[in-house]
Amino acid sequence: MKYIDLHAHMASRTTDDYEQMALTGCIAVTEPAFWAGFDLHSSLAFEDYFHRLTKFEPERAARYGIHHYCWLCLNPKEGENRTLARQVLDLIPRFLDCPNVLGIGEIGLNRITRNEIATFVDHVELALCYNQLIHIHTPHLEDKYKGTKVIVDILSSQSHLDRKHVIIDHAEEHTLGMILDGGFWAGLTLYPQTKTSLARAVDMIEMYGSERLCVASACDWGPSLPTAIPHFVLEMRRRGHAEDTIHTIVYDNPLAFLGQSSKCCLTSDSTAAIWEGLSNAY
Amino acid sequence: MYKNERSCPLTQQQIIACDFLAIRARVLDVAAFLDRLERSVERNAEGDFRVVTLQQAFQYLATGGSGRVQTIQMLFSDPTTEPLLQLDQKSAYGAFDPREVRQ
Repeated sequence: MKYIDLHAHMASRTTDDYEQMALTGCIAVTEPAFWAGFDLHSSLAFEDYFHRLTKFEPERAARYGIHHYCWLCLNPKEGENRTLARQVLDLIPRFLDCPNVLGIGEIGLNRITRNEIATFVDHVELALCYNQLIHIHTPHLEDKYKGTKVIVDILSSQSHLDRKHVIIDHAEEHTLGMILDGGFWAGLTLYPQTKTSLARAVDMIEMYGSERLCVASACDWGPSLPTAIPHFVLEMRRRGHAEDTIHTIVYDNPLAFLGQSSKCCLTSDSTAAIWEGLSNAY
Repeated sequence: MYKNERSCPLTQQQIIACDFLAIRARVLDVAAFLDRLERSVERNAEGDFRVVTLQQAFQYLATGGSGRVQTIQMLFSDPTTEPLLQLDQKSAYGAFDPREVRQ
């Protein structure tokens, strides 16, 4: 079954992972800017990172017929550093016209500090200023409920924000309801350890339905599975869910959300064009 | 509330047939984890907030009805509403430490 992985940190994955994703039906990934596992210390490092997300990764994905899109930001784990945040916020507009940039993300909160909140609000305002889609990271573990509530409250206070332009990711049982009730898209990220399992993701879909819900691997440098979505498809089939329902969650829904950006084009012609556009850049 | 409580398409016997062995193994892992704490060379985690919260979670596992996951998720969650004045650490612990409120 063809699928779109809405949250994949391919910069920290090998080319073999692109191949496995392509072999299991992946036709597009979207890669949010994230924390590399260590802090970047200057806006120059972010500039290099944004070049990677807008130039190198699309090329690497294209070699496996996969469309690569991305989101730009200074991530929540570094949001405490307001000086760096302002520098990166100044840098981002230079990249927004790149053909694979869909918006601002993954912004959000980590430990829910005053500075993190200020950095988050700055990113939201940047997205509104440039009419960009927004991809939001919610904190993990004990910080998730509080962080999600703060994020939903902040977004709900933005009168100019179209809530359908926002996906709030890493939802779990205790936060999914408030995200969907708020009119936002919600993402479930599938992890092999420590966070949402395949079985619990399917449980949540059974309880909340498939409207405005997407799943993603969130694969990165930590324990994660780039082919988590095909595993999710298998779990859905094992539970007896209809193929149409599964297709809605892994393809139609992400396409409906991403398709709000004119840059997202996933037709048969555009897929054929991927192969034609390959260069000898590396 | 958006939640609509749709049912799982499998019968209870099918769910047990599919998942019992995996769940049995996880329960044994939990038991082994607790035994390992008891066998530890040094008892330096008496009252550790993570283990205390786990033990509270076990109580909810034994109760009837639905909504266990949501209840236990909230048990592990930070119940406060005020932002931190500044970053204290990068990573989360997995359970809320009540001492943070007292400080």
